[in-house]
Amino acid sequence: MSAPGQLAGALSPRRTWRGIRRSNPVGYLFVLPYVLFFAVFIAYPFGFAFFLTLHNWNIVRPEKPFVGTRNFEILFSDPLFWKALANTAVFLAVHIPLQIVIALVLAVILNQPLRARGLFRTAYFLPFVTSGAIVSLVWLRLYADDGLLNQALSSLGLGSVGWLSDPRVAMPSIAIMATWKNVGYYLMIFLASLQAIPSQLYEESYINGANAWQRFRYITFPMLNPAFILVVVLSTIGGFSLFVEPFVMTGGGPLDATLSLVLYLYQQAFQFLRMGYAATIGVVLALLIFVVTLIQRRFLEREVGY
Amino acid sequence: MTSYVGSRVEGLGGTARRVLFYLLLALGALGFLLPFMYMLSTAFKGSRELFDVNLIPREPTLDHFKAVFTQIPVWRALFNSAFVYLLQTASVLIFSSIVGYALSRLQFFGREFIFNVILLTMMIPGQLLLIPLYVLVVNFGWTDSYQGLIVPGMISAFGIFMFRQNFKTIPQELIDAARVDGASELTILFRIIWPLSAPVLITVGIFTFMGGWNDFLWPSLVNRDINFQTLTQMVTLYGIGGQAGGQAGAVMASSLIAVLPMVVVYLVFQRYYLQGIAGTGVKG
Repeated sequence: MSAPGQLAGALSPRRTWRGIRRSNPVGYLFVLPYVLFFAVFIAYPFGFAFFLTLHNWNIVRPEKPFVGTRNFEILFSDPLFWKALANTAVFLAVHIPLQIVIALVLAVILNQPLRARGLFRTAYFLPFVTSGAIVSLVWLRLYADDGLLNQALSSLGLGSVGWLSDPRVAMPSIAIMATWKNVGYYLMIFLASLQAIPSQLYEESYINGANAWQRFRYITFPMLNPAFILVVVLSTIGGFSLFVEPFVMTGGGPLDATLSLVLYLYQQAFQFLRMGYAATIGVVLALLIFVVTLIQRRFLEREVGY
Repeated sequence: MTSYVGSRVEGLGGTARRVLFYLLLALGALGFLLPFMYMLSTAFKGSRELFDVNLIPREPTLDHFKAVFTQIPVWRALFNSAFVYLLQTASVLIFSSIVGYALSRLQFFGREFIFNVILLTMMIPGQLLLIPLYVLVVNFGWTDSYQGLIVPGMISAFGIFMFRQNFKTIPQELIDAARVDGASELTILFRIIWPLSAPVLITVGIFTFMGGWNDFLWPSLVNRDINFQTLTQMVTLYGIGGQAGGQAGAVMASSLIAVLPMVVVYLVFQRYYLQGIAGTGVKG
C-alpha cells in the first residue's frame, strides 16, 4: 500500500517533525498498547526464530552454540523433511480440488431461491465451528478398520479400506476429513461473492441469448475469481499448517505417511528438544507458504472487467 | 421468488432441477452431520450395542458421562476454558477497538505505516512464532498458569482490522458533537462508537472466543498441569491417551461436552459468523 511513501516521509526529518507536531497525541497513546504487544509477542519472537536457526539449543541448558547454516544443511538432506513436504503435496492435491468443487457446487445451489436453504447452510458450517482436535477423535473412530465407514462398505459388499492404516490411503483420508471440516467456510466465501454479482449482468446475458453454461463460464466464474484465489491460498496455508488431525489420528504414521511439516516441527522441538532445528523448520515452512501462495496469486489472478 | 433471474425461463426443466438441487443439498447435509450423529449416538449407547450401526440407541444410558466425570476433572476444565477465553475476548475487544479507533478516527503521523505493519503481521504463519513464543512464556514463568494462555492473545490484528473498517463508516458529526460537549476520546469510543458497533463487536468476540476454545496445540505446550488444562485440551488428551481405556462411548461423551458450547454459540449467533467471513474474506 502506501508503506514506501510513508517510509520516504519518515526519512525526511523536517517533514517528520512537522507531521508529528500536527498529530493528535491521543492517537499515539491509543496505539501504544499494540506497539508494546507487537514488540514483545511478535517482533521479538520473529527475530528470535531467525536467531535460533543459526544455533543449537536444547532449551534445558543455557548454552546456545553458534552453528552457522548447519541446521539448514541438515534440513535439506533430512529424508523426513522431504517426506513431510511430499505428504503436504499429497494432502493439497486431494484437499484443494475437493474443497473447491464441493464448496462451489453447494454455494451455487444455495444461491438459488430454494426453501430451507438457511437450514442447509447451518448444517454445512457446523464442522467449522467445532474443534479440529475433538472432531479428529470422532473421525478416528469412523475411519477405524472396524469403524462405521468400513461397516457400511462391507454391508454393501465393497470390502474394507485401511483409511488410516494403509500408507497410501492415510493422507488422502486426512485430506477428506479436513475438507469436511473447512468446506463450510469456503462455501460462505463463494456464497458471499455470488451474492455480490450485479444481477444486471445476468439480465443482459438473457437478452443476448446466453445459455446456463455460458452464463456460468463468462459471468459467474470470472466474477468469482477473487474468491477463488482466496480459497486456494487459504487452503494452501491450511495444508502447510496441518497438525492436529495427524497428531490425534495417526501420530504421523503409518510409515510416516501422514507426517506433516508442523507435526515434524513439534516432534523435533518438544520430543527431541532440538529448538534450533525446529525453528529452522518453522522458518523454511513460512518461506514455503510465502513463495507458494505468491506463485498461486500470479497464476490465478485475472483482470475482472465488465 | 420470480425476482431471481436464474430460474425465470427454465419452465418445466425447473422442477427437475429443483429436485436435483434438493437431493444434492440433502446428501451434503447428511455427509456433514453424520460424524456428529455418530458422536451423539455413541455417547448414549450401552456397551452391548456400542459398535452396532443403529443411530438411535436401543437402551440409552448415561454411564459414559458418569465415567468421564469421575475420570477427569471436567468441571475444572470447563471453568478454565470459560475463564481464560472470556477474559482474552474481553481484552481483544477493548484493546483492539482502541487501536482500531485511533487508526480510523484520529489524525497522527505514521498512522498508515502502523496499519500496514498490522496487515503484514497477519501474514506471518503461526508456526514461525510457535517456538520463540513458547520460550518467551517459559522465561516469563507462565507455564502451568492462566497468563500463558491469555496474554499472547490479548490483542488481535484481525480485531484491529475489523474495527478500523467498521469505525470508518460512523458519521463524523456524531464524534464532533461529542467533542464539542467535552467528551474524551475514550468516552467517544465506548459511549458513542461501541453502541453503534454491536454487530462487529459480536463478530470479533465470537471468532476470538471460538479460536481459543477450539485450540489444542498452544494449551498443550504451555499447560501440562491438569488443573490449568482447557476443556478441548483435556478431552483430546483423554481421547488419545490411555485414560479412557479405548472406551469409544466415554470418548464420544467427553467430545460431546467439549463441542456443545461452540455449537450453541454458533446456533445463537449464526448471522455474525457470516458477517465475519464476508468482512474479511471478500472485501479484504
